[in-house]
Amino acid sequence: MSAFGTRVNRVEDQRLLTSGGVYVDDLRVPGLRGAAYVTFVRSPVAHAVITRIDTSRARAHPRVVAVYTAADLTGLPAPRPFGRPAHSGGFFAEPLLAGEKVRFVGEPVAVVLTEARYDGQDAADLVDVEYRRLPAVVGPAQALHDGTLLFEEAGSNLADQRDRDTYDDTVFDGADVVVEREIVNQRVACVPMEGRATAAVFDGTRLTVWHSSQNAQRCRSTLAESLGIPAEAIRVIVPDVGGGFGAKIGIDRDAIVVAWAAWRSGTAVRWAESRAENLVAMTQGRAQLNRVRIGGRRDGTITAYRLDVVQDAGAYPRTSTLAPVTCTMAPGVYDIPQVQTGYRVVVTNGTPVNKYRGAGRPEATAAIERAVDLFAAEIGMDPAEVRRRNVIAADAFPFRTGTGALYDSGEYGAALDRLLGAAAYPRLRAEQAARRDKGCVNALGIGISVYVEMTGGGGETARVTVDGRGHATVLTGSSTQGQGHGTAWSMLVEAELGIPVDRITVVHGDTDLIPKAVGTYSSRSLQLGGSAVHQAAADVRNQARWHAAGLLAVRESDVTLDVASGTWHVAGDPGRSLTWDQVVGHTGAGSIRADAEFASERPTFPFGAHLSVVEVDTETGMVTVLRHMTVDDAGPVLNPVLAEGQRHGGIAQGIAQVLFEEVRYDADGNPLHATLADYGAVAAADLPDFELEAGETPTDVNPLGVKGIGEAGTIGSIPAVQNAVIDAVAHLGVRHIDMPMTPDRVWAAIGEAGTERRSRR
Amino acid sequence: MNRISVNVDGTTYEDEVEPRLLLVHYLRDRLGLTGTQNGCDTGNCGACTVDLDGASVKSCSVLAVQADGGEVTTLQGLARDGEWHPLQRSFHERHALQCGYCTPGMIMAARDLLRDNPDPSPQEVRNSLRGNLCRCTGYQNIVEAVLAAAAARESVPAPAAGGERT
Repeated sequence: MSAFGTRVNRVEDQRLLTSGGVYVDDLRVPGLRGAAYVTFVRSPVAHAVITRIDTSRARAHPRVVAVYTAADLTGLPAPRPFGRPAHSGGFFAEPLLAGEKVRFVGEPVAVVLTEARYDGQDAADLVDVEYRRLPAVVGPAQALHDGTLLFEEAGSNLADQRDRDTYDDTVFDGADVVVEREIVNQRVACVPMEGRATAAVFDGTRLTVWHSSQNAQRCRSTLAESLGIPAEAIRVIVPDVGGGFGAKIGIDRDAIVVAWAAWRSGTAVRWAESRAENLVAMTQGRAQLNRVRIGGRRDGTITAYRLDVVQDAGAYPRTSTLAPVTCTMAPGVYDIPQVQTGYRVVVTNGTPVNKYRGAGRPEATAAIERAVDLFAAEIGMDPAEVRRRNVIAADAFPFRTGTGALYDSGEYGAALDRLLGAAAYPRLRAEQAARRDKGCVNALGIGISVYVEMTGGGGETARVTVDGRGHATVLTGSSTQGQGHGTAWSMLVEAELGIPVDRITVVHGDTDLIPKAVGTYSSRSLQLGGSAVHQAAADVRNQARWHAAGLLAVRESDVTLDVASGTWHVAGDPGRSLTWDQVVGHTGAGSIRADAEFASERPTFPFGAHLSVVEVDTETGMVTVLRHMTVDDAGPVLNPVLAEGQRHGGIAQGIAQVLFEEVRYDADGNPLHATLADYGAVAAADLPDFELEAGETPTDVNPLGVKGIGEAGTIGSIPAVQNAVIDAVAHLGVRHIDMPMTPDRVWAAIGEAGTERRSRR
Repeated sequence: MNRISVNVDGTTYEDEVEPRLLLVHYLRDRLGLTGTQNGCDTGNCGACTVDLDGASVKSCSVLAVQADGGEVTTLQGLARDGEWHPLQRSFHERHALQCGYCTPGMIMAARDLLRDNPDPSPQEVRNSLRGNLCRCTGYQNIVEAVLAAAAARESVPAPAAGGERT
C-alpha cells in the first residue's frame, strides 16, 4: 500500500498528447473499411402520431445503401416495459425506432445508410414522415395533471411512485418554525465532448460493436436482449471514450439500431452523432421538481424534514434509481429525528432522463442544503452554526439514517470546521457586512454545503498476469473515460509486485478479453475495480512466493519480495535473489495469473464541505464566483493528481449547473437549444481556481479503505454556490432563487423582493 | 470537385474535394489525421482547432478548399524528432487532460495565445481559451499548464532558425 499518496503523472497521456486518442470515429481498423455512414431521421415534433413514412425518395438516392424504419425491425424481442407493474402497468416501453408515435423532439424514426458521410443528411432529408400533432406535455408539473397522456393505454403519465401515503404532518407540530418551499433541480444536458458514437460489423457469425461507453459488458447484454441473439455472438469493444458523466452507461436505442443495421445489412456501419443530435437525443440529467418542508426549534435544532420528489423521466423512463437514491440521501449529513420522503416519476415530452454525474445524490444534497439555509434564515441564525448543531456526531458511526442508509464513517463537523478555518469565515462575513453597510452594488455572498454521498456497492472483476519477460498485464472490468485507471491500476500492481509502471499494461473495454464486469459509474472504480486489482495482484504475489521458495530451496515463509527492486530473495540474504522472469520461467506455464472478483455488500459514503464566495452585481444580476473552497474526504487517496482532477472537474460541472445550464422547452415541447452556442457550457473564463483540502477518513468495506471521489465535486459544489448567490442578496429580501441563476433571474428576484418589501410597508 | 494542395504537418497533399468538405473532415477522413477532433460543428467547442498559415482556426468552420495552397499544423505535427512541444510536456506534468478529446484543440489554441502573448496572466489565459471547452478538468490544470509552458519557454534560449516558429 506504499503507493498511496504518491503524485504520479498519467501513463495514458503520451498517445493523447502526440497522436490524439482513438475514439470510435477515429477507428481505421480493417473491419470497418468501406463502412456505411448511419444518419438518423429524427422527429421534429415533441408529440405526434406518425401517419405515414415514405422512404422511396431516399432509397432512390444513388449513394444510399439502405433505409430502415420501425417496419424493418421485425423478429426482434419486444422492448422491455419500464416500471413495477403495480404502478406502471408495464406500459412504458421504448421502441428502437418510433413507428406509431413520437414522444420527444429528436426521437429516432428512421435511419439511412450512405457510402459517404456527407450524403447522410441529404438522404435523411428525403425520408418523408407525416405527423399528426398532439398537445405536448412540457415539464413534470404539467405531466401530473394527466390532461394529455404520452401512453394512452397506461391511463396516466405517472410511471412510478412510492411512500407519499405515509406522510404524517404531525411530526412538524412541535416545531417553533416550519419552512416549506418548492425547489427546481433543472434538466441539464450531459455534453461529453465526444458525443455518442458506434461502429459495427457482422461477419455472418459474430457481431462486433465498437461503442463509446462506460461499460462494454452491459452493452453486450443489452444488445443480446434487444436483438435476440446470444451474448457469445457479440463482441463489444470500447476504445478511448471522450467523457461519459453517466450518459454513456451501457448502450441506448440509437446505438442499438446502429448495431442492428450492421447485422441486417451485412455492411459495416459507423455513426458519430452531431452535437445538435447530442443535445436532444443523448440522455439528460437531474430534472426534478422537489418540495422540502423543514421544521425545528429556534435554538437551531432541526426536528423534522420532508422531501417530496417529482422526477421528470422524459418521454421514456430508462431508470428506476434516480428518485429512490434522492430519497435515500434526503437527510444528508444531519441527525434529524423525523424524516419523510416519497416520490413520483412522470413521463413528459422531453428527452429521456437518466444518470448524470451524481445521479440522484446532487438533487438530495441540493434540497437539504437549501432547506437548512431557509431554516437558518427563518430563525436568524448563521447557516454554519445551524449545520454545526445538527451534523451527525463523529462517534455515532456507523450511522443508520431514517431513510435506511448505513453511513460507514464520517467526520462531518470536523470537515466543516476545517473549511471555515481555511476560509477565514468570520472575516468573510465582516467583509460582507461592510459592503452592505456601504451599499455596494457588488454584494458579497458566502454559501456553505456539507454533504455526504453514496458511492460504489456491488462488484468488479480483475485479472493480473505476469509473463515470462516480467511484464504484468491487468484486465480490468472498470474502464476509463478519462479518469486515469491505467495509471491507478499500475500503481496498485507496482506496489504489490514491485514491477515498474512502464512494464505494466492495463486493458479494459473488450468483452472477448473481459466477459464479466460491471464498469465505471457511481464513483465505484477504485473501491471495487481497484480492490479487485489489488486482490488479484496479491494472489499473483502469493503464487510467485511459492515458486520462488522452490527455486531458492527454502520455506515459503523465508522468501520476501523486495518491492523497490522487484526481486525475490531469501529473507536476510539479498544476495540470493530472483527476478520476476526467473520466477515465472520456473513455473513452466509461461505466466503467473490470478483472477479476482471483489464485491462489497455495502456502498461507501464520502463526505465533505464546500464554501463558495460569490459577487453579485445587484444592478444587473450578474454572478461571479470569486473563490470556491472544499474539504473533501473519500478516504485514503491513491494518486492525489487524479483525485484532484476529478474534484476540479466535478466542481466546474456543479458551478455550470448553478449558473448557466438548463435544457428548456417551449410550450410545444421544442427544445430551445440546438448547439453549444445556445446551451450554456462553462468556459475557463467563467471559473476561479479552486482551493482544495482533503481528509482521509477510511472505510471498512473494502481492503483499500477507499471511497469514491468522481462525483463529490458536483454534489458538494451545487448547493454551496446556490446558497452563496442567495446569501449575497438576502439583505435585499431574497430567500430563494432557482437554478440556473442567470443574470435575468437574479435581477428579477431582487426586483420582486423589493416590490414585496415596499408593499408590506 | 475542386483540386487542392495543402501542406499538413510538413507533408504536402493534393486531392480532389467537394466544395462543401470541411477542413476537419478533410484532415480526418481523407488524410487519416484523426488527432484533430470534431466536437460541436458550430465553432463553439474548439476541439477541432488547428493552425492555418500562422493563425489558429476552427477546422469545422473552414472549408478544405479555403486551405488550398496553405500550411496546416495539427497536434500531430507539434513534436519534433521525438521532442515534445513545451505545451505537450506541461499538459502531461500538470494533469491538464483527462479524456483527451478537447486536448488537441486546447493545445493548438494555447500555442496561438503564447505566440501572441508569451507571458500571459492567469486571467488572460482563461479569457483566451473561452472558445475551447473542456468537460473533464474544470480548466484549472489547463491554465496552470499554459502558464508553465510560458515560463519554460522564457527560461530557455530561442530555437535556432528552422525550428518551430513559436
